Amino acid sequence: MGRVMLEVRDLTTKYVTRYKEDVYAVDHVSLKIEEGKTLGIAGESGCGKSTLALSLMGYYFPPLHYISGEIIIDGQNITGMKPDEVRRSILGREIAYIPQAAMNALNPTRKVIDFIGDVIRAHDPTWTKQMIYDHARALFERLGLPPEVLHKYPVELSGGMKQRTVIAVAVTLTPKVLIADEPSSALDVTSQKMVIKMLRDMMESGFIKAMIFITHELPLLYNVADDIMVMYAGQIVERGTAKQTVFDPLHPYSKGLMGSILVPESGLRSAKLTAIPGAPPNLKNPPPGCRFADRCKYVKAECRVMSVPLYEVGQGRAYRCILSEEELRRAYAHDE
Amino acid sequence: MTSKGNPCLSGRGVTKIFGFGRHKTVAVDHVDFDFHEGEIVSIVGESGSGKTTLAKMLLGLISLTEGEIYFQGKKRDLSSGKKKQEYWRNIQAIFQDPFSSYNIFHKIDAVLLDCIRMRGGGKLPREKKVELMTEACSFVNLKFAELTNKYPFELSGGQMQRLMIARIFLLKPKILVADEPTSMIDACSRATILDYLMKLRNEIGMTLIFITHDIGLAYYVSDTIYIMERGRFVESGSADDVILHPKHPYTRRLISDVPKIYEEWDLSTV
Repeated sequence: MGRVMLEVRDLTTKYVTRYKEDVYAVDHVSLKIEEGKTLGIAGESGCGKSTLALSLMGYYFPPLHYISGEIIIDGQNITGMKPDEVRRSILGREIAYIPQAAMNALNPTRKVIDFIGDVIRAHDPTWTKQMIYDHARALFERLGLPPEVLHKYPVELSGGMKQRTVIAVAVTLTPKVLIADEPSSALDVTSQKMVIKMLRDMMESGFIKAMIFITHELPLLYNVADDIMVMYAGQIVERGTAKQTVFDPLHPYSKGLMGSILVPESGLRSAKLTAIPGAPPNLKNPPPGCRFADRCKYVKAECRVMSVPLYEVGQGRAYRCILSEEELRRAYAHDE
Repeated sequence: MTSKGNPCLSGRGVTKIFGFGRHKTVAVDHVDFDFHEGEIVSIVGESGSGKTTLAKMLLGLISLTEGEIYFQGKKRDLSSGKKKQEYWRNIQAIFQDPFSSYNIFHKIDAVLLDCIRMRGGGKLPREKKVELMTEACSFVNLKFAELTNKYPFELSGGQMQRLMIARIFLLKPKILVADEPTSMIDACSRATILDYLMKLRNEIGMTLIFITHDIGLAYYVSDTIYIMERGRFVESGSADDVILHPKHPYTRRLISDVPKIYEEWDLSTV
């Protein structure tokens, strides 16, 4: 077992809306990532993937509030740290985050080198221009990006290059853990592949020690992640290795996600694409029982009243359903 | 693949050039095509290959630099506003970004009422209009009673895209151009949107033209696939031929770039 780079125990965070309503977007989530591993988080929009990513960094600002749980990054417990302290000593150095659509948020009037300079100066204002330039150049060479890009404006870059630049800016201070939130969903397949290759090279060369990859594209996740965690309505509903989650899903929701995959491989045209009917529940007042009950094909009366714990199956595998593994597999086999 | 109907939209030497002289960009370069009635066609290419420019020309939103587009065997004529309107009764579009497809100041009712008026139902009594709108919404599994008096931004992306399909259901065009209809919404809603589009095609027998970079989607839905690279069609044919037996290196590269689950995804070929 490798060194644990990030451990989260029972993390719960909530949003408080304008009308003082509580929305529990991350509900008792625990996870652990070892050195050299990539954890994939899957789930549809609004199920709490991005909120989990924000909560993991321990940097809370309204409307997001911390409730309970612990976050340990490489042996350092950051729970209860003040936001300012987190920003100065944790963000960017220990853990870095690439938000969704970050590449569209680049200031069009500044050059790429300025973004890198901003990150460095926010942590250490004493750096000179030359030092920043040397650092940025070395960083770009290390990541396999052309150094000319440093002197360009965002509009001069293609979508794929912009996204890779954003990643380079995020890892300027060589963080141990990188959280990539949908880093490639706005790109075409070729640029997407380049972004993924860059991330994977960074992992392989040990430039970053662990990665969390968030996306709703299962085929992509399967190729990037070692382990996959499926989230639904703020909770983990399934956890396992990438292979297990994709080829042998246990939770009906994971099974449903598998039904919406489109890959250009023979057999796709004859397969029927199955959508999961309905929409996720409103987290302002989540249903008391299983949160997936309303959309589940195999729903039983107890599902709606009994809150379902996450059953550990062993070897890190877990799922949240009252049916046994065998019952679920039999039900899926019956449907096919 | 079923037998092809009559050509309903054809192009000969369709070209679009932006800019002049040194800054000339040839976005679409002498492409020929025949889209048949009731056919589902996909135009696949990466960003910047000219597929959206081609879609805009098909829709008559921008003019052609060279070449001709034929609609139902006759040369397309968009010389006056009236003719354009007539043309748009036959060809409609769904765009990539549902969030920017709607006028944010107009309520959802207005969006649907516009469609009814365009079909010549402007003088119908209110109840009849509501009935039509309810039918259209229920076609895409939305409840009109919940939508009425709401603004588009109160809906989720998937709902907005479904409302777009409800519009098309009211308009019943002959051709629908869907420009990346699912790239901004997540994988679970994607299946729903595609299902409704297919259902709609079967219902009103229109020609569907998908513009997409998602080769998996193209393979799943279409009868015919055109692969576009730098403004030209490099390969075309039935979906099975193009995807399972690609001939052009560009097609092969596009397919190899898609993450797969049953085969190894080769990252070394970037």
